Amino acid sequence: MRIGKALQLAVTLLAAAFLLVPTIQSVLAGVTVNYFQGIRSGLTLEWIAVVWELYASSIFLSLGIALACLCVTLVIGVPAAYALARSPGRLSRAVEEFISLPLAIPGLALALALLQLYGSYKGFRMSPAFILVGHVLYTLPFMVRSVQSVLAAIDLRTLEEGAATLGAGPVRRFFDVVVPNALPGILAGALTVVTLSIGEFNLTWMLHTPFLKTLPVGLADSYASMRLEIASAYTLIFFVMIVPLLLAMQWASARAQRMSQ
Amino acid sequence: MSTRQFVALCLVPLAIFALTFLALPLVRLVLASGEGEAGWGIYWQILHTPRYLTTLVQTVLVSVSVTIAALAVSTTAGLFLTRNRFRGRAVLLSILTLPLAFPGVVVGFMIILLGGRQGLFNAIFPGHGVFAYSIFGLFLGYLYFSIPRVLLTVMAAAEKIDPALEEAARTLGAPSHRVLRDVLIPALAPALVAAGAIAFATAMGAFGTAFTLATNIDVLPMVIYTEFTLSANIAMAAALSVLLGIVTWGMLFLARSFSGSTIAAGG
Repeated sequence: MRIGKALQLAVTLLAAAFLLVPTIQSVLAGVTVNYFQGIRSGLTLEWIAVVWELYASSIFLSLGIALACLCVTLVIGVPAAYALARSPGRLSRAVEEFISLPLAIPGLALALALLQLYGSYKGFRMSPAFILVGHVLYTLPFMVRSVQSVLAAIDLRTLEEGAATLGAGPVRRFFDVVVPNALPGILAGALTVVTLSIGEFNLTWMLHTPFLKTLPVGLADSYASMRLEIASAYTLIFFVMIVPLLLAMQWASARAQRMSQ
Repeated sequence: MSTRQFVALCLVPLAIFALTFLALPLVRLVLASGEGEAGWGIYWQILHTPRYLTTLVQTVLVSVSVTIAALAVSTTAGLFLTRNRFRGRAVLLSILTLPLAFPGVVVGFMIILLGGRQGLFNAIFPGHGVFAYSIFGLFLGYLYFSIPRVLLTVMAAAEKIDPALEEAARTLGAPSHRVLRDVLIPALAPALVAAGAIAFATAMGAFGTAFTLATNIDVLPMVIYTEFTLSANIAMAAALSVLLGIVTWGMLFLARSFSGSTIAAGG
């Protein structure tokens, strides 16, 4: 058993090293004068400045699209999650299954489908809205599921009946009873939507235009054509944005899950 | 307005969006696959063109190997982390789930930092450490994003196993490998099938990682991409996408019927 345990620990540590070592390398390479010579060549923020000059617009585009995506998924997703939680059954499950298709079908295939149907509408095709549609497709199921699982755990009918006897109509009940109760799910869903939108590449690569590059599209561009230090500095900026979001998302999801049990 | 009407109204935005940007485009994609010279025979053509067939076989082989490796690594680590409490456990768990939010391109770059020309391994073993752009590099890239996904599914299931079962087996004198084989693996089986299906589907459809690493390797997403952009063979790109979509959807459907939830595809 001793040996077995040591072996398990070794596998766990090796896996953690495999995931962590290259991220540390990229952080270091992003602030090293010359990566080939190593840290001895000195530390610098020059590469970060170069990235900012080259790619600041892509960073802002990604933030803008993520926020827009959050707004759209809130407006579409929260009422839908309420309706699905309110009338559970085969039809609701089918709807949920259908809108979850973008999680199961590779982004590349979805992007091709969008391009086939809407690619010739140039005004739409060339606008950020085209990328936004892709991001909403991909993130919407997370918002719906997150809100729905919180709502499914509370006795919605009784709460609403209580409010109804006090004279609240359905719209008022939605905003005053349903939304406050769904908040933990909405928060978890919102953080997931923003995190996934900022990192989305598979759909975006096909949907973007040369004038509309999102952060991950810029990353791919820098990996292909820039020196290692610049690519690393850009990745470092991405990590600084995404890691706090990921941690917040995991915290909020665990909290929402505890509440729905 | 009655409650019924309001609830129905709540579904309207979703219905409009899903119809316009999901249902119709997918129908268009399927139709586009039949609009080439070969018509619907294009699906037959995929199986009779050596290049596409090799691509399919190669993609499935890489995905299967990644699935097996990820299951082995993540089950070991997942069981270890659920059954031991020690200082640093939370940090270790964070490290192991960190790549969940990495896009596929970043995962590809991680492998370049390990196995590229300026990578870690080439610095340690000069001249022998470049593997990033080989099929092995692609395998490592897929493994990188599969480990966290499988780990979370396995750990969620492992936490639900009653420790008394294992204790009982030990009291009855079962050696460790028998406990693993007769108690733990059967209890984890549904989660392992689900996690395996998720890993396989994600690897099959991974575009970002392949885009960074597989410049010279034919895997399905890369072939779809080149058919579409370089060869402008829209029908073939659409047909291969339909095929890929059916396979990944089928695998994830399988995963869901074995365990409650699925973790986002991507990579």
